[in-house]
Amino acid sequence: MSDGSRLHAALAAGEFVGGHRPWPRARVTPELWRELIQGLAGGAWSLLGFWGEPDAVHLGLWEESSGTVGVASLSCQDGQFPSVGRRHPPAQRLERAIVDLFGLQATDAPDHRPWLDHGRWPLAYPLAETNARARPLPPYAFLPVEGESLHQIPVGPVHAGIIEPGHFRFTANGEAVVRLEQRLGYVHKGIESLLRGASVERAARLVGRVSGDSTVAYGLAFARAVEAATETEVPERAHWLRALMAELERLANHCGDIGAICNDAAFALMLAHCGVLREKVLRASAVCFGHRLMMDGIVPGGVSGDLAVEGEKALRELLAEFRRRFPPLIDLYDNTASLQDRTVATGFTRPALIKQFGCGGVIGRAGGRAFDARRQPGYPPYDRLEFETPVLGDSDVNARVWIRIREVEQSLRLIDQILDGLPAGPTRAELSQSGETREGVALVEGFRGDVLVWLRLNAGGEVARCHPRDPSWFQWPLLEAAIENNIVADFPLCNKSFNCSYSGHDL
Amino acid sequence: MRKLLLQSLLQVPLTVPAPAPSEAALAELASKVDRAARRRLGRSLSIREVDAGSCNGCELEIHALNNAFYDLERFGFHFVASPRHADVLLVTGPVTANMREGLERTYQATPDPKWVVAVGDCGRDGGVFAGSYACVGGVSAVIPVDLHIAGCPPDPLRLLQGLLALLQTA
Repeated sequence: MSDGSRLHAALAAGEFVGGHRPWPRARVTPELWRELIQGLAGGAWSLLGFWGEPDAVHLGLWEESSGTVGVASLSCQDGQFPSVGRRHPPAQRLERAIVDLFGLQATDAPDHRPWLDHGRWPLAYPLAETNARARPLPPYAFLPVEGESLHQIPVGPVHAGIIEPGHFRFTANGEAVVRLEQRLGYVHKGIESLLRGASVERAARLVGRVSGDSTVAYGLAFARAVEAATETEVPERAHWLRALMAELERLANHCGDIGAICNDAAFALMLAHCGVLREKVLRASAVCFGHRLMMDGIVPGGVSGDLAVEGEKALRELLAEFRRRFPPLIDLYDNTASLQDRTVATGFTRPALIKQFGCGGVIGRAGGRAFDARRQPGYPPYDRLEFETPVLGDSDVNARVWIRIREVEQSLRLIDQILDGLPAGPTRAELSQSGETREGVALVEGFRGDVLVWLRLNAGGEVARCHPRDPSWFQWPLLEAAIENNIVADFPLCNKSFNCSYSGHDL
Repeated sequence: MRKLLLQSLLQVPLTVPAPAPSEAALAELASKVDRAARRRLGRSLSIREVDAGSCNGCELEIHALNNAFYDLERFGFHFVASPRHADVLLVTGPVTANMREGLERTYQATPDPKWVVAVGDCGRDGGVFAGSYACVGGVSAVIPVDLHIAGCPPDPLRLLQGLLALLQTA
């Protein structure tokens, strides 16, 4: 491939797999695998995903300089693969998940503790070729902490608020956190196992429920992966309606987050007002697409229903309302010193770590990483719409609030353009059937960051294997770093400014 | 800030009128809620929300109950941080194997009398996740459930109708 991509040139040393779209996938030798890991560790490309199959492991890679995606696959004939996490820490949790699910062994791995398997499943290695009996697991060994005057605070899995479950183990010296260690996997639902052999329709519903707050992003990523695999042309109007749903989802979630972050600094007024705006977005979404969160609104081939007749009016009113009500809230945030005192310089996340982890979304953009999947690799209709991707460098809670504020403004601008330019025509195309095994991959910008979906369809058109990768995989570990040296009382603030998904991560 | 507060004072409240309690919920509750327990608790109930494996969609709508439109607290409901302070457990999700013990222990930590409300299609029978090795499948497979509120996710009005039915039987 002569597209100026060093990544594709490296993959060309392997054997390209036919029927994998839109980006190439290559089977690689253990030597080439090590070379690719070296590229990851050296920053030549970043990790997009890392997932398993009973007899192989796959690395999704992103080369920023050329804007290219590639997938490398290593067959594990003896049930082993050279550890990626050893050289490239962002892969560690994904690698531990592969071990738990497939029973493959990462040789030389730096961390052998199970991750998703808590010793509660009726079987071990649920996605392996042959199921093994449940393995007895010793109590989870948290990392040792040594030093004088340290105490530990265990939190969760059941938290105090209306949030998802997970365990946080804080080690503090007085008020200052010296280490946070996360223990996740509590909401592991076995989604990848349910996806095996599922019809495309059922799989779309499942992937749409990997993380409910990002149901549109997941629906879009799954649909685009299926469409890439089957080479289905989606009608133009469907592209635009999908973008409309995606921007409404971003708007609703960002509003909720801005309010919730301020509320965690005990500034409830912002929560009340942002909550009203969020509710109005959900109501307008229900008018337009019949569901407040727009679940199952995007289907492979297009969208499940056209924009309702009253939809445009509801959206125009929503935009007007936002333009009236949102600016005073920005002023309120900006001019409340007691609030700024809590958010400025709190939860600083080193930009070098953000780059290393390929951390996307608000967290990435608040720390200087401009990545936005709508631009690059990009997908329609964003190439025909005007919008800015805000980027800041302070990388603290305040910067993450401001990125959200700016993105709310950009989403309003996008919705305006979509309403003005929405093309007429059909909203759904039939998926083309070929009777062959086909593979597809898609990368989509959700409100939280980039969602990756990789899948293989069998000859009958059913899902043989599908792996949805939440942006949280590369964000959760950074929260551990961000909280260091902050006081315990600022953890809710830091955590909310990240707003990682437990369900999306645990699968 | 003063201007914003003043405007809010002069505005008509956004809060929607109380919906009628759901008939189906009343029927489900009729045989289950103990009269003496209801007298003791009166019309004020503390809710502890427990996510037992949901996709977080139900949590978003439960959150919305607190916004100015639904204003759950006007009915005497409020969310509490500990099961020890709770009268009602509001449970979501298909109950993952990894959360089973967490749910059981939360239930045990809740003092009697108590009610359990299973929220969402997952909470009823596992929903789209039913049949997975990692899900127990339905809240009632783990702890006794007094009321189911269906939906994927149920919208705030539906949640409100179910919870009001709980009060109505009191």
